[in-house]
Amino acid sequence: MLEPASITDGAVGSADQKGLNVNSSPKRSFQKLLRIILSTPSGVVGFGVVAAHVVVALIAPAIVLHDPLAQDPNQIMAAPSWTHPFGTDLLGRDVLSRTLEGGRVAIAVTALSALLALIGGAAIGITAAMRGGWFDSLTMRLVESIGALPYLLFLLVLANAFPGSAFALVPALAIFYSTSIVRVSRAAALSVASADFVTAARVRGEKAITVLLREVLPNVLDVVLVDGALRWASMLLGFSSLSFLGFGVAPPTPDWGLMISDARNVMAIAPWAVFWPCVALSTLILGAIFLADAASKAVGLQRAPEGLNP
Amino acid sequence: MTMLHALFSRVLSLFLVLCVCFFALETLPGDACTAFLDQDARDPELLQICRANLGIDQPILVRFGEWAEALMRGDLGTSLTRDRPVSEVIAPELRNTFLLALVSAIASVPLSIILGIIAATRPGSRLDMTLSAVFLIAMTLPEFIIATCMIFLFAISLQWFPAVTIVPTGAPVLDMLPNIVLPVVTLSLVMVAHTMQVVRSRVIGILESDFIEACWLRGFSYWRILFGHALPSALPPALNVIALSLASLLGGVVVIERVFNYPGLGTLTLQAIHDRDMPLVQGVVVVFTLTYTGLSLLADTISTLLDPRAGANNHA
Repeated sequence: MLEPASITDGAVGSADQKGLNVNSSPKRSFQKLLRIILSTPSGVVGFGVVAAHVVVALIAPAIVLHDPLAQDPNQIMAAPSWTHPFGTDLLGRDVLSRTLEGGRVAIAVTALSALLALIGGAAIGITAAMRGGWFDSLTMRLVESIGALPYLLFLLVLANAFPGSAFALVPALAIFYSTSIVRVSRAAALSVASADFVTAARVRGEKAITVLLREVLPNVLDVVLVDGALRWASMLLGFSSLSFLGFGVAPPTPDWGLMISDARNVMAIAPWAVFWPCVALSTLILGAIFLADAASKAVGLQRAPEGLNP
Repeated sequence: MTMLHALFSRVLSLFLVLCVCFFALETLPGDACTAFLDQDARDPELLQICRANLGIDQPILVRFGEWAEALMRGDLGTSLTRDRPVSEVIAPELRNTFLLALVSAIASVPLSIILGIIAATRPGSRLDMTLSAVFLIAMTLPEFIIATCMIFLFAISLQWFPAVTIVPTGAPVLDMLPNIVLPVVTLSLVMVAHTMQVVRSRVIGILESDFIEACWLRGFSYWRILFGHALPSALPPALNVIALSLASLLGGVVVIERVFNYPGLGTLTLQAIHDRDMPLVQGVVVVFTLTYTGLSLLADTISTLLDPRAGANNHA
C-alpha cells in the first residue's frame, strides 16, 4: 500500500507520492498543492481566472464608471459606445458596471457554503471512517438519502420561503453539496487509518481527536480540498440557476443569472446585455473547473464521472 | 436475494426522502394562504378563514398522517390553488416532460456510447481532444447559458426553429415535435457531455487490460476484440453511470423547460412553488424522487443482469 519513499518535499514521509506526509501540516499541504497546481498550464489559467474574478468582485464598487442601479430612460438598450462600453440593458442600466458587480453575491454565497460544506463534510467523513460502526452506517445512509433528494426543488422551495435573502440558502447549499465531500474524505481517511503512523499514534495513547487532527487530517486534506473546489464550481452552477429562475438574488441587485434571465427576451435587439454576463459566469465556472481539475491531477485523483452534480 | 435487498433499501430510502420532504416543506415559513392573500395576509382573521377552507389549519402531525395514508393508496391529495387532484394536474405536464426526456435519452444514450468508443479507440488524437473539450464545456456551463446560445444561434440568427414552445399543455404529441427540437438538442448535449466521458474511460480501461492483450496474442481481429470482448465488459458499468447521471439531470429539466417556456413538470413546479401549493410541490417531489429511485434501481438491474459478479458487491 505504501509507495517507495520520495524526497521531493524534503519530508520524512515514507509515501510522499500518495500524499502520506507524517510531518506535514495543513498549511504546508495547502502550499504544496498550490505549487503543483501552478506548474501546469491549465492550473495557471484556472487559478488566474478565478483570482481575477475574486479581485474584481472585491473591488468592483470602487472601479465601476456608472451606478449599476441607475436607470437612464434615454439610453434604453443602447449599443456599446464610449460611455457604455458593454451597452445598456432594458432599463437603460450600464451593462459593464452590472457585469463587474454581478458576481459579488453569487461568489460570496457559494464560497461561504463551500467552506461550510468542506469543514462539516470533512469532519463527518473522517469521523465516520475512524469510528466505523453504527455512526458510519448512519452517515452513509444519510448521505445516500440526501443524494436522492431533488435538491434543486428543495433549494427553490427554500429560496421562496425566504425571499430576497440569498444568504438564507447557505446552510441548505452546504448540506446538499457536502455529501460528496463526506464520501471523499471518508474514503481517503479509510485508506490512511490503517497506516503504521496512525497505529503508532494510537498505541502511544493519543486521544482520538488528536489522532484525527494531527495524523489523519493532514494526509487527507489535499484530496478534500480538491473536492471542495469542485463543489464550489458546482454550487456556482446551482446558485446561478436559482438566480436565473428568479429565486436567488433579488432584483435590482446586479447578478449574472438574473441579468441573463432579464435580457433574454430582448436578445434579438440587445444581444450585449445577455452576452457579457454569460461570458463572466462561464469564465468563472470554467476557471474553477480548470483549477479543480489541475488540483485533482496534482493529488493523483480521478475526477468523479458524475461531474458537477452534488 | 441481492435484488430484494436492493429493492428494500431503495423503498426505505424513498420513504425517508418523502418524510424529510413533507416536514421540510411544511415547516418553512409561508403557506398557500400567505401567498394567495398577499398583502391581506396581515389580517389574522382572513388568514384563519382561508386556512380553514383549505384544511391546512390542522396540526402538522395530523396532516402528515393523512398525507402518508393517502400516499399509500396512491393518492397525492388535492392541489390548493387549482382545486383539482394533484395527480390530475401533474399527468399532462408529466407526459410532456416524459416526452422531452425520452426523446433526449433516445438521442443521447446511443450517441454517447458511439462517441465514447470513437474517442476511446483514438485516445489523445485531435478528434478525442476536440470531443473532450466541447463536452467539458457543455458539462460545466449552466444549462441556461447553453440554451441561450442555442436560441441565439438557431432561433434568432438562423431562424430554423421557434425560440419558445407555443403549444398548449394538452396538445397531441405530433404537434409538440417541431417545438421540442431545441430543448431536446440542449438536453441531449448536456446528457452526452455527462455520459460520453464515462464510456470513454471505461473502454480505455478495458482496452489496456490483460485479457484484451491475450485476445491480441490469440490473433483476433480488431473489430472482434472491440465489439466482442471490450464492449461487453465496458458497457455495464458505463450504463450504470449513465442511468445515474440521467437521474441527476432531472433538475436541469426544470431550467431547460423554463428557458424554452415548455409546458412540462418543471414549469408546473416553479408555479407550484411560487403559489406555495404544498400538496402540488410534494406531488412533484414524489414524482421526481420516484423517477430517480427507479432509474438508479434500473442502473443496478442492468449491471447485475449484464455482469452477475456486480450483484454480489454492489449492495454492500
